[in-house]
Amino acid sequence: MTKFPASTVTIYTPDSPLRNPGKLFRDMVHDLFACRELAWRLFIRDLSAQYRQTYLGYIWAFLPPLVTSFTFIYLNSQGIVRIEGVGMPYAAFALIGTLLWQVFVDAIQCPSLAIITSKSMLAKINFPREAVLVGGFYMVLFNLTIRLVLLIAVMVYWKITPGPGLLLFPFALLALVAAGFAVGMAFSPIGALYGDVNRGLPIITQFWMLLTPVVYPPKTEGLAGVFSTWNPLAPLVTTARESLSGQPFTQVTPFIVVALISIILVILGWISFRLAMPLLIERMGG
Amino acid sequence: MSNEVLIKVEGVRKKFCRSLKKSLWYGVKDIGAEMLGGSRQHNQLRPEEFWAVNGVSFQVRRGECLGLIGRNGAGKTTLLKMLNGLIKPDHGRIEMHGRVGALIALGAGFNPILTGRENIYVNGSVLGLTKKEIDEKIDDIIDFAEIREFIDAPVQSYSSGMQVRLGFAVATALEPDILLLDEVLAVGDFAFRTKCFVRISSLLSRAAVIFVSHTEEQLIRICSSGLVLKQGEISYLGDLRECLNLYRESMTGSERPVVFHHDAGVKEAEIKLSSLEHLSGEDLIFELQYTVDRNVDLSLHALVLFDEAVADVAACDLLPIIKNVTTGTRSYRCVIQALSLRPGVYHFGLEALTTSHGSILVRKHFPELRLKVGGSIAHWSDYTPKVLLAEG
Repeated sequence: MTKFPASTVTIYTPDSPLRNPGKLFRDMVHDLFACRELAWRLFIRDLSAQYRQTYLGYIWAFLPPLVTSFTFIYLNSQGIVRIEGVGMPYAAFALIGTLLWQVFVDAIQCPSLAIITSKSMLAKINFPREAVLVGGFYMVLFNLTIRLVLLIAVMVYWKITPGPGLLLFPFALLALVAAGFAVGMAFSPIGALYGDVNRGLPIITQFWMLLTPVVYPPKTEGLAGVFSTWNPLAPLVTTARESLSGQPFTQVTPFIVVALISIILVILGWISFRLAMPLLIERMGG
Repeated sequence: MSNEVLIKVEGVRKKFCRSLKKSLWYGVKDIGAEMLGGSRQHNQLRPEEFWAVNGVSFQVRRGECLGLIGRNGAGKTTLLKMLNGLIKPDHGRIEMHGRVGALIALGAGFNPILTGRENIYVNGSVLGLTKKEIDEKIDDIIDFAEIREFIDAPVQSYSSGMQVRLGFAVATALEPDILLLDEVLAVGDFAFRTKCFVRISSLLSRAAVIFVSHTEEQLIRICSSGLVLKQGEISYLGDLRECLNLYRESMTGSERPVVFHHDAGVKEAEIKLSSLEHLSGEDLIFELQYTVDRNVDLSLHALVLFDEAVADVAACDLLPIIKNVTTGTRSYRCVIQALSLRPGVYHFGLEALTTSHGSILVRKHFPELRLKVGGSIAHWSDYTPKVLLAEG
């Protein structure tokens, strides 16, 4: 009773909340603030449930990027695929690249996954819907932290010393997460309705990785050059890796542009998530 | 203050779609329209759509309890979901004053792997309680749910009844201004249901309640008025007794079309009671009227008495009577002597089995015939058992 006095009036009409942007904005800020505790609880719940029925536990957080990078380390060491000009041992290069890419992939999957796992709760209880997104965001950060441990191990083993550019690394990580969320949120409303999206996304991200300088350095010529230039993920991955390895930054301007656009897209995605949610619940059922 | 309007519903409509494929596609279109800031205040149905809730308006004041009555699929849950803000109305306007507690689904959000205590915190914060509020209430919640010795065990080891108890305990700890209850008391054992009623009644003094139930005794116990929904529309709003009568009629009324299969030869069959009140042990006098247009073709014909729970109580054979009817209309005045029945309300039905068409059972209910039986168990003493053997 203390939190919501009886004077709090909630009105539901068929009108789109966009017709009253001021109220929409106030509601969004209020709900984001109100959902902190719940998001944390949902995160703890998901976290403790996540690996509980597995034998390998948190090793599963490392495995996907490890397997991908070992594939390329093997192909490169045997001369099947020749990748040169990476400026550090190739194994380290590939491992760092795939670990960073996995952060992006995690973030892409997060919004759809959050909606699907909380589906029955969303359909039956009214609570700030932001909580499932923020809870998912915590989960992405948690997995990222685990992978950082591996990343540090890689850097120590191959004696890669970061320069002052390391200061940019947290921002590069955040930009990767933001970009992932932007893509994930754009797809999540449709993904909640059509299973095609969630089946298609892993295939697309796999292919997208090969079009991005993750396991090879940025190209300047040919088709790969075109992709390295116009692929919005290229500057993010490259800059993040450069900040770790102490190499000079080569794509600062594109990095800033992509990071800013990602943040704007995240906010737009958040609005669309809010708007779509009641309509999704109506169609998804409980 | 005490009688302010807390729930105000004006001309609310909601449409649903029968076809899944179309429904998903409409969903995409609706989301698109929503993003463009459109107003969906429109009243047209697209192909395959129907009104799940159509033009519903009512108000509920603080201290009032509205019983929402209707058959399955009448739109009760859809209406509650709109009131709770889970889905948007397609038309109209809903105003909710104050904190809303909804027991639309008990235990939603319980994670089976976590312990009961952990789940109280998760579920409580889902329902809008802060950690501090839950800390203060956790002992009450555990005591109410009667699961203190299991509170640190994972919820997957709970019985379904225990989960429901925990869910109800957490949800009512919210102390809401508006309480929405959807058939929540259908589960749980008798002792717990009774406890739930006490809890709801204590909330009622300062809240507006909407209560969905199919059980008359529950509705009568806590509701001050009723609303009967029929295919999404209000068929009656007001006096609860009247609502229950209408609901009963709608339940039996729908069976009228199958009344007396045409091939049976019986065009119409009616029962009239000389009195709607009956004292157990007295004679029951009734009148039968048949309209027959050709040879009666029945292998069985009986008058059936059934109770409020639609369980058959007694039957008597009418075949010899109807066999006498030739074409035309004929009435019979009949008596069942010394009919002893447990006090309560009974309904009448006519049952028949046709012979020629693979024994099709037809049944006609007479919702207007509600026989109130008074008296006491003492009237049963007419039946003295015959002593077969006496020893000692």
